[in-house]
Amino acid sequence: MITTFISAELPPIDAPTIEYSLLGPLFIVTGVAVLGVLVEAFWPRASRFVVQAVLAVVGIVAALADTVWVYTDLDRIDAPLQARGQVAGEGALTVDGPGVFTWGILLVFGLMSMLLFAERRLEGGLSAFTGRAADAPGSSAEAQAVQLRVEHTEVFPLALFALVGMMLFATSNDLLTMFVALEVLSLPLYLLCALARRRRLLSQEAALKYFLLGAFSSVFFLYGIALAYGYSGSFELSAIDTAVTNRTGGENMLLASIALMAVGLLFKIGAAPFHTWTPDVYQGAPTPVTAFMAAGTKAAAFLALLRVFYVGFGGSQWDWRPTIVAIAIITMFLGAVVSISQTDVKRMLAYSSIAHAGFLLVGFVGVYAGVAGSDRITSVSSVLFYLAVYGLSSIGAFAVVTLVRDSGGETTHLSKWAGLGRTSPLLAGSFAIFMLSFAGIPLTGGFIGKWGVFSAAYAGGFWWLVVIGVMISALAAYFYVRVIVLMFFTDPVGDGPTVAVPSVLTTVVIVVAVVGTVGLGIIPGPVLDLAQHAGAFVR
Amino acid sequence: MFDLMWLLIAIPLASGALLLIWGKESDRFGHLIGTAASAASFVLGVVLFVRLMGEDAGHRSQAVSLFTWIDTGTFHVEMSFVLDQLSGLFVLLITGVGTLIHVYSIGYMGHDERRRRFFAYLNIFVAAMLTLVLAGDYLVLFLGWEGVGLASYLLIGFWQHKPSAAAAAKKAFVVNRVGDIGMALAIMLMFAQFGTSAIAAVDAAAPGAGDSVTTALGLLLLLGACGKSAQVPLQSWLLDAMEGPTPVSALIHAATMVTAGVYLVVRSNAIFDASEVARTAVIVVGLVTLLAGAWIGCAKDDIKKALAGSTMSQIGYMMLAAGLGPAGYAFAVFHLITHGFFKANMFLGAGSVMHGMDDDVEMRHYGGLRTMMPITFATFGLGYLAIIGVPPFAGFWSKDKIIEAAFGENLWVGLGALLGAGVTAFYMTRLMILTFLSQKRWRDDVHPHESPRVMTWPLIGLAALSAVGGILLLGDWITEWLEPVVGHAEHHELAVPAIVLTIIITAVVLLGVVAAVVFYRREPIAAETPADSSVSIFARAGRHELYGNEVNETLVVRPTRHLTRFLVWLDGMGIDGFVTGLADRLGDTSQLLRKPQTGYVRSYALTMFGGVAVVVLCLLAVTLA
Repeated sequence: MITTFISAELPPIDAPTIEYSLLGPLFIVTGVAVLGVLVEAFWPRASRFVVQAVLAVVGIVAALADTVWVYTDLDRIDAPLQARGQVAGEGALTVDGPGVFTWGILLVFGLMSMLLFAERRLEGGLSAFTGRAADAPGSSAEAQAVQLRVEHTEVFPLALFALVGMMLFATSNDLLTMFVALEVLSLPLYLLCALARRRRLLSQEAALKYFLLGAFSSVFFLYGIALAYGYSGSFELSAIDTAVTNRTGGENMLLASIALMAVGLLFKIGAAPFHTWTPDVYQGAPTPVTAFMAAGTKAAAFLALLRVFYVGFGGSQWDWRPTIVAIAIITMFLGAVVSISQTDVKRMLAYSSIAHAGFLLVGFVGVYAGVAGSDRITSVSSVLFYLAVYGLSSIGAFAVVTLVRDSGGETTHLSKWAGLGRTSPLLAGSFAIFMLSFAGIPLTGGFIGKWGVFSAAYAGGFWWLVVIGVMISALAAYFYVRVIVLMFFTDPVGDGPTVAVPSVLTTVVIVVAVVGTVGLGIIPGPVLDLAQHAGAFVR
Repeated sequence: MFDLMWLLIAIPLASGALLLIWGKESDRFGHLIGTAASAASFVLGVVLFVRLMGEDAGHRSQAVSLFTWIDTGTFHVEMSFVLDQLSGLFVLLITGVGTLIHVYSIGYMGHDERRRRFFAYLNIFVAAMLTLVLAGDYLVLFLGWEGVGLASYLLIGFWQHKPSAAAAAKKAFVVNRVGDIGMALAIMLMFAQFGTSAIAAVDAAAPGAGDSVTTALGLLLLLGACGKSAQVPLQSWLLDAMEGPTPVSALIHAATMVTAGVYLVVRSNAIFDASEVARTAVIVVGLVTLLAGAWIGCAKDDIKKALAGSTMSQIGYMMLAAGLGPAGYAFAVFHLITHGFFKANMFLGAGSVMHGMDDDVEMRHYGGLRTMMPITFATFGLGYLAIIGVPPFAGFWSKDKIIEAAFGENLWVGLGALLGAGVTAFYMTRLMILTFLSQKRWRDDVHPHESPRVMTWPLIGLAALSAVGGILLLGDWITEWLEPVVGHAEHHELAVPAIVLTIIITAVVLLGVVAAVVFYRREPIAAETPADSSVSIFARAGRHELYGNEVNETLVVRPTRHLTRFLVWLDGMGIDGFVTGLADRLGDTSQLLRKPQTGYVRSYALTMFGGVAVVVLCLLAVTLA
């Protein structure tokens, strides 16, 4: 009787349909992260680090395998407009070609970063993270923590949460999910940034800056979401698209919404003038975290940017393209020019990352969706390929940075790198390859990546932007080559750094990055095809 | 059988390559390989020539295409060779005289430790020269053209330890570049106008082309010919080229390579026939060079340079004849061949003299050598009689015909050529008197002696050819033989019978001889060259090669040097300044742009906020606009 009463009073509740098979990678990573929290609570301290590291690596590998399975599975789901995949999770997520491709590269970056996180040989058996973050820097408590060899093993679950946030960010179908994903990816990163073992004050300052400015940008993003809802009456990108296409009125509200959401996303990718956090945070954060951020955040945020602007605001592209073009030029120029005067290798790489955000924006504003029968690379595919190459080279470069050390930890001042090519030719050679890739020299992946985004921009009608882009590439080549000259054609300084011998973990990361960077330059075909095969976004 | 003509080139080329690659072990017999290669090529050439004579007149142009050299777009070049009446004669001249000079060099270069290399270069020269004359495409011809230029450069500078030889080699190379530009432009123009550079196709297309095209082509080819054949205004390198070993002077700078320009004009007869202007230019160049070379020949005391002046002058005759059109082509080739015989003979004779005089080239240090070197004197004497045109020696027949044709063209041209003949007789007689006759003037520590047999036999061979080379004209054989290639000549009626003209020419030649005898018998000859101030202005000008070097210096070298200095300055100030300035400005910009990176999070937030405001305003401005 009670049940009939209830059913009479309340409307029936449909159980939400969740496509578990399609969303598998997300569940795996989330599950492992939660498991990591439990391990943190119950596993004995002595062996916890190893267990956490193994758990994270195994979880990511499993998710990667599942991602491959999901990607091949997408082929059976046809969507209109050359897209493959479907909206899932009750409209919260879109599992489509570009999204799953991004999952794949995010998981690869995550895996490589976890290997760097787990490296313990460089600090004499301890990780690159501080033993007890609560201790004041330089205090006796800190020294005690070192003596006791305590470690923050939470870094692994934190990184996994950030990873799942990135994956969600890349595949959100509605703006609220996207905002949540943004926070899920950001909050663990803020924490991770503060955990450096050496130069802790710098690290904590970086984390605080990142947090404050990140919160600041989130506010704009959220305000933009609110305005979008006000304009279209929905959080779903497809509904917003319909409203934009039909021009339901309230143009200014739409444009303000576009502007504010753009700000939130451009902050994450580090585009000017929202880049100011990048150098400070990249420099202060523990180098493995910097590698993870540089590769992962950029990829996830770019996918979100593409999705919001192509799917949600695609009908209004003639409004936002000029502004984005201007931002792309400013970003490329600023990144390339300011890196010339940098003396710290991590800050230089940070400015390099800003410049690359500019190059990626060039591909983005092309808004070239391809035409039937043409092999020309589309904007989406070009950005995907670029992100893959850039991420690989970036992680490799930061991995090299972790190895060049003196008594105070990593030696990041460029002058100390003089003559490194004489003392450790292999390491310097690897770094040189990453630099050449960043500069876009042929036979490296960076060249194919740059060619892709420029080609897409050209097809989109921005030939003059391509000219500017190429000129700025030439400019940027200056400081990349300068590092090579410094390493190989300059005499070593007297008290030069020593190159630490890493464990197999870091070695594997550097080797994979070198092989990937060169391989994508010489035989880009397979990955390029894969990126091209990813197709368009599902609406 | 004619398919084997590529072997003509391949044999000496392979031998040359072999000698360069093979190490020191081949020093003992390398020269023999080189000579054998040249001789083999000659034998094959003779066989092919005989076969060619056996064909009917209609089948005497045998073409062979080895492979496609260039095939891009519409530009198609076959590596093709053509053996016809013209190139057949050249093959015989090049390989025949070439082989004799190889043999001679065995003795002449006997004490040189780099003899093997010398023979390698000679082989390469022969291969390149054969490529030049056998080419069926102007681009293949150009390949040979550059090849002989390279060989010439290497051989002039063979004694590179002498700065003068190195400088002479560079000079020859640079001056030839000027001519080569003409050649290259001509080939490009052919391709642009006719869509091909195959000689047969160009020949077919030239009569139908516009007058401006054929004139331009003709003048460009003439520029190329001037460079290679040391014709005015590109004559200056030839006298300096005498720094090379004497066999080189004989083979390259007298008998063969320098006549390539004449060959080019004759081979391109279709183009020159179609352009009156180009033909006139050829005549003018030939006439001027003829007289200038003779003038220089009168004034030089260096035996090789006197002969080099003579070479210039004789090639001037050939050019003049080639410029006369179908009436002269055959005589140009005829004179080219006889000149190849007697000039090679005399150069080798000069080399033989130098060999006995401790490499002294100063004729004023010679005198009375006829008794010391009887064979050299006799062979040289035959060459002398041939060049000045004493009947019945070779030069008489060929030069007589050219002067006759020149009179047929124009009285003044004829008179110029006639004057040249007289001057030739003068300077050659002077050379004979200074060297072989008159009293001895050499120092006591010099012991003149006859050269070894390996050197005298080639002299005897060439002397014989100088004497009897005229038989080619027997029954107008050479004109009829070449007619299919160069066209039929209309016979010009002269104002006086040909026999009268021949008598006049011979009289002028005798006058020249007598003048020289009178001039140099009158007083004892000084053993040292008189100072410039004590000789006539004509002699002074001749000694300074008619101031050709000074003209080049003033007109070309100095302005170029100024231009270079200006460009260096521009490069330093303008371009480098721009580039380094750009880098500096970028550095400054970089310093400026990093200023906002204060490290204060409040200023970062402000920057962001400013950015937000600008972005919002920009987007709103789009709709307002």
